[in-house]
Amino acid sequence: MTVLFGQLFTGISIGAVLLLVALGLALTFGQMNVINMAHGEFIMAGAYTTYVLQQTVTAAGWSLLVALPVAFAVAGTMGVLLEVLLIRRLYARPLDTLLVTWGVSLMLQQLARDVFGSPNVQTRAPALLTGNVALPGGLTVANNRLFILALALAAVLALTLALRLTPLGRRIRAVVQNRDLAAVSGIPTARVDRTTFFIGSGLAGVAGVALTLLGPIGPTMGTNLIIDAFLVVVVGGIGQLKGSVIVAFALGVLQATGEYLTTLSVAKVIVFVAIVAFLQWRPQGLFTLRTRSLA
Amino acid sequence: MSAAPLVGTDPASVAATPPGGRRGRRFDGPARTAVGFALGAALLFAVAPLALSDFRLSLLAKYLCVAMVAVGIGIAWGRGGMLTLGQGVFFGLGGYAMAMHLKLADAGPGQLPDFMQLYGQLDELPLWWRPFASPWVALPATVLLPMAVAFGLGSLVFRRRVRGAYFAILSQALAAAMVILLVGQQGTTGGTNGLTDIQGFFGYDLDDPVNQRMVYFVIAASLLALLALARQLIRSRYGELLVAVRDGEERVRFLGYDPAGVKLVGYVVAAGMAGLAGALFVPAVGIISPALIGIVPSIEFVIGVAVGGRATLLGPVLGAVAVAWARTALSERFPGTWTYLQGLLFVLVVAFLPGGLASLWALARQRRSDPVGARRWRRSRPADPAEARTEVSAA
Repeated sequence: MTVLFGQLFTGISIGAVLLLVALGLALTFGQMNVINMAHGEFIMAGAYTTYVLQQTVTAAGWSLLVALPVAFAVAGTMGVLLEVLLIRRLYARPLDTLLVTWGVSLMLQQLARDVFGSPNVQTRAPALLTGNVALPGGLTVANNRLFILALALAAVLALTLALRLTPLGRRIRAVVQNRDLAAVSGIPTARVDRTTFFIGSGLAGVAGVALTLLGPIGPTMGTNLIIDAFLVVVVGGIGQLKGSVIVAFALGVLQATGEYLTTLSVAKVIVFVAIVAFLQWRPQGLFTLRTRSLA
Repeated sequence: MSAAPLVGTDPASVAATPPGGRRGRRFDGPARTAVGFALGAALLFAVAPLALSDFRLSLLAKYLCVAMVAVGIGIAWGRGGMLTLGQGVFFGLGGYAMAMHLKLADAGPGQLPDFMQLYGQLDELPLWWRPFASPWVALPATVLLPMAVAFGLGSLVFRRRVRGAYFAILSQALAAAMVILLVGQQGTTGGTNGLTDIQGFFGYDLDDPVNQRMVYFVIAASLLALLALARQLIRSRYGELLVAVRDGEERVRFLGYDPAGVKLVGYVVAAGMAGLAGALFVPAVGIISPALIGIVPSIEFVIGVAVGGRATLLGPVLGAVAVAWARTALSERFPGTWTYLQGLLFVLVVAFLPGGLASLWALARQRRSDPVGARRWRRSRPADPAEARTEVSAA
């Protein structure tokens, strides 16, 4: 029972990281069909922001709190720059956005190497987040993992509320559902795109802050995460936050269970096979927007 | 402009099929192909071995392997619109199949490869290694194994109409999964190090420059053979169908064809080509490892193709060789600068010259004859009409 619960919690906490990373992607991929491979480098930017802030704000707790909004702004600004300089020109060619942003991610990785050096760096976690919580029945869960779970859920909640209740959210949903009709109705789709990209990229920055609690920060930290995150978005269904949420946790639990029963490397293969099998059942992902298009 | 043509409307294919009327005037047909082939053969078999030192020639052998992968990507992506970001998997399957055989041959009958005693503490050969002791299994496996994996994934994925970005991401995930698997099973795969230190190639000592030269000739001949194969494929009815599927999958379906089958053939052929390239890469370089076949090298294969010109026959080959050569030349002296250049090159070519360098010539020709039209056309057409926003947003 204890083991089962431990594995379940590990799975959920893997899922929370995946969710944080995938949330921004779900937004940009869903709205603009942009496959942003540089999203991983925005995560890295968020992580390095935390590291830099810790050099000046020495109290670990405060620096983490300050890092959350700052990383959001830094990564978001990078996202807007990318959108304005490159992606805007490529909206009709989604596959090419993948390649172009991959080129950008190569350059950003090298930039990180030149600025911060190739070796990984580490931040100090606040004292509050280093311990464990003991639950009745001899169960313990790590504080930092709980924090990340809370952060992921808070991000989902904030995003959902923003999409449902604010005028901006209404515009975003309109553009996702029918871009041309939205444009005809007077919604400035280009500006909505830019704002969406800011939010989506900013969320990558927040994910980066969270990741500093789990491990070292390095130039290539985004590369592996990004693929898992894209799988979450693809399996969840494009433009669907709830799909991403469910799939992130499902894949996390599957990964943790697979790891427990076999090894880490076999678990990855199991996850991949499961995804391909799932797409046989629902090729367009868990949830899809209904349209009349033939594609 | 009259009615829009059904296929070949994307700028990427302009170099392959110049607009109507011009083709007849050009020196074309079998004669042109024969001359081109003879030139290529002369360059690869006579000029390069004479002009280059042994070291440079073995580097060229390595680039030509990358070029073989590129020919396959040119078919799958340039012709078929399937952006495959996991060709490293097939390259790796071919490479590992070959390397396993060569390791076993090096070790001698009944002996274990060196790394197995080191990491695995195995006292007998794992079951799945055993068939590779025979060259009759290992050699066909270098091509058939990748084709089988491509067939497996492709038939599942294309049948359910998973395409575009979905397919690209899945193929990339396959590369990630394969690398993690190889690294994880260190005892039987050599882990991060891969299979290294390969000494012999069917009885020939690979340290001997004469034998290295022989390997180079095998590779050059294979590349020419693959190019001939690709040309036949592209010019056949099947080739037309593949382009038609890229440009309008639904239309092809309505005409009574099965687009999934068409795409599958292209994907499987590309995988086989990558497998052969991997198999020949091993004797040329003497090593195969996860670092050579993961996500990053898989995308690097695509970079060469994009830079050269994805929809042409020779573009991918020349692009792959040029990018690999530039990498060696620049990264020796400026390792950091090369990464910036590589990224920048990729961004600029894909964003502003989707037809690759091969299309420059065609663009210039077109501009000379119709300066206004060329400019308008270049700005308005998406690279791949099948992926235009309206259709994908419904996916």
